[in-house]
Amino acid sequence: MKAKTFTRALLCAIGALALGGIASAQSTLRIGLAEDPDVLDPTLARTFVGRIVFAGLCDKLFDLDEKLNIVPQLATGFQWSPDNKALTIKLRSGVTFHDGEKFDAAAVKFNIERHKTLAGSNRRGELAPITTVDVVDDSTVRLNLSAPFSPLLAMLTDRSGMMVSPKAAQAAGANFGAKPVCSGPFRFVERVAQDRIVLERYPNYWNKAEIHFDKVVYQPIVDSTVRLANLKSGQLDFIERVGTSDVAALKTDNRFRLQKIVELGYQGITINVGKSDFAQKNPLGRDPRVREAFELSLDREGIVNVAMDGEGLPGNQWVPPTSQFYAKNVPIPKRDVARAKALLKEAGVPNPSFTLMTPTTSDAQKVAQVVQAMAKEAGFDVKIQATEFATSLNLADKGEFDAYVLAWSGRADPDGNLQSFHACKQPLNYAGYCLPEVDDLINKSRTAVDPAARTKLFEQIAAHVAKDRPIVYLYHRNWLWAYTAKMSGLRMVPDGMVRLQGLKFQ
Amino acid sequence: MLRFLLQRLATIIPTLLFVSMLIYGLQQLLPGDPALVLAGEERDPNVVAYLHAKLHLDEPLPVRYLYWLNGVLHGDLGESLRIQKSVLELIEEKLPVTLQLAVMAMIIALVIGVPAGILSAVKKDTVWDYAANLVALWGLSTPNFWLGIMLILLISVNLGWLPASGFVSPFEDLSANLKAMIMPAFVLGNAIAAVLMRHTRSAMLQVLNADYVRTARAKGLEERVVVLKHALRNALIPIVTLGALEFGTLFSGAVLTEQVFSIPGFGKLIVDAVFNRDYAVVQGVVLFTATAYVGLNLLADLAYFLINPRMRG
Repeated sequence: MKAKTFTRALLCAIGALALGGIASAQSTLRIGLAEDPDVLDPTLARTFVGRIVFAGLCDKLFDLDEKLNIVPQLATGFQWSPDNKALTIKLRSGVTFHDGEKFDAAAVKFNIERHKTLAGSNRRGELAPITTVDVVDDSTVRLNLSAPFSPLLAMLTDRSGMMVSPKAAQAAGANFGAKPVCSGPFRFVERVAQDRIVLERYPNYWNKAEIHFDKVVYQPIVDSTVRLANLKSGQLDFIERVGTSDVAALKTDNRFRLQKIVELGYQGITINVGKSDFAQKNPLGRDPRVREAFELSLDREGIVNVAMDGEGLPGNQWVPPTSQFYAKNVPIPKRDVARAKALLKEAGVPNPSFTLMTPTTSDAQKVAQVVQAMAKEAGFDVKIQATEFATSLNLADKGEFDAYVLAWSGRADPDGNLQSFHACKQPLNYAGYCLPEVDDLINKSRTAVDPAARTKLFEQIAAHVAKDRPIVYLYHRNWLWAYTAKMSGLRMVPDGMVRLQGLKFQ
Repeated sequence: MLRFLLQRLATIIPTLLFVSMLIYGLQQLLPGDPALVLAGEERDPNVVAYLHAKLHLDEPLPVRYLYWLNGVLHGDLGESLRIQKSVLELIEEKLPVTLQLAVMAMIIALVIGVPAGILSAVKKDTVWDYAANLVALWGLSTPNFWLGIMLILLISVNLGWLPASGFVSPFEDLSANLKAMIMPAFVLGNAIAAVLMRHTRSAMLQVLNADYVRTARAKGLEERVVVLKHALRNALIPIVTLGALEFGTLFSGAVLTEQVFSIPGFGKLIVDAVFNRDYAVVQGVVLFTATAYVGLNLLADLAYFLINPRMRG
């Protein structure tokens, strides 16, 4: 009897405690992130998840819209010089940084120069073609380039285009990321590593009519089940990267909304075709026919269905088939096991064996297992080598692998998915692919400003890459977002960023 | 006393020095270039070169060690390259969180384990005994992460009573803090409760058969008094020792519990640092833990010295 009374009292106490929490104010937006962001300094930042926080904190010169058009944000317009070697940008007036300092052409000059010169800057490579920055007047700035560089505008829609307060950056030096001062809709309040990043509404934001929350709290919760549990129990209002296996249940729950959009990046298998002598030791790296057979043994649709619960778009290039820069002359090859077997026979290796290195994430491992099973039907003996991510990167960098399941989060301009992977000796060219014709075409695609001309060049590059297969592209994941049904105004942009402008509770 | 202290310090300093070498040396065995991971997705060669220089990665191992040791001796455990925060600040921030979790877990373990053990011993071979044993077996064989996720689904998602994860400082909001910590503490304390229950049961069974307990009963004392006052007191001695030892286990168990419940504590700090190859954080945290352990041992030795007159001779 006493035990019963005690249990009841305990349940009541827990219930009362819980009710106290639910009654808190709802002008705070709580967002669950899949990882803990790195340093909050746009110049030094390196992670995808950090960019999601920057979307609330730091405005950029340009932004992307739902159709990936480049639209002005802190800029109001731009003009290329006739030789495409200078970009003149008109700036928005009446914008201030979170410390009250004025945003003007001098601030842009400071920021671009900071990106280019700060020790450890991750933006230096992106902005390398910019030689000097001229302040034309208070609201006009000109970026002078060593050569025409078409991906520049797209770079300015990301961290390279983020503007921080020069005064605060000079005062904080290398520690700026601990207390960033930008000009976005929300200003920095606090960060508890691995727990939360808190931002509050910046009252003097230039576009304040679009901001409907007083506070935004970003909480990193690595496990997708726990992240979803937090959404369902009301501790979070929004979660990014929903687990694909949870999609079906969420669709039928009318308390929540689920949105998806195909990413800018891809999942693929990088093949060592020349990074090290591993390439010559294995028929997969040595013989293009074996690689062709390998690709023909794969059913991309099947891989997406099994490994991703159907939440992805099959693809065979560095951009998804939905992109305007997708090379239509190189369609996705259909699975053809008979042809694959014939090719292997022709190559003299009916049962080639290779090691497929894969990071220990569940997605990558599932992909590896499906690929293993499919390739087996054509005669391949695929040995899966699950390797912790940091170690796998190191092995890839040294060329100590045959094939590697590797994803890329993607960039707005196709160049960000292409040049570093397929141009000779580039840092992300783990395949060791190096063809002077391809290098030449890539360089031309970077200097051509006209989209139609670029598309033609991409078609030629795609033809080479599809034949040589340094990367066998498999699919493009869906960005999956779930949020409370009370919320509206979400804009689905393929870069996977959560834009806070326009978001509100009904 | 001073001589004793000096003697102990003379052994502690070389111990810590050895530990610091071990920590540094073992960490270098981790495969993978830390600069490659820290350089992020782009892996810009300039950034990789910058990180190599900053972390002295191109210098020979002993030189790198000396750089680090020099910093440590000056009270500088380094800085997390990933989030640009000093390691000392991170430890200050995370340690109290894990301590609170461990203390709460231990309290829960004691509150559940000891009474269940007593009940099971006193009501030996009854349905109470079997039930307590069954619960203990369940507690021992249930993995923390599974129990954590099941509780989140039941208590947070279905019943909506407690937050699913996260942490609030007790100084900010005590009620929110307890709400956030009770479930992880239960998960963490669950296995220890089972261990304590089993030990309490066997200790009590031994004591309940002792002569002095029979004497107490013969005196006509109430059974409640016999059990709680006479038997339990003696049975508690090994249980307290066990509890103290299990406290160390709680710290390692906290690593997984913190991951499941997204609690920003010591365990999560070190796990994330290892995967991100944030060397300064791993080294700093391990060195701090080792020093704390050595320091606590010294205190224990001092306590023995003060309590036991024979040691003073």
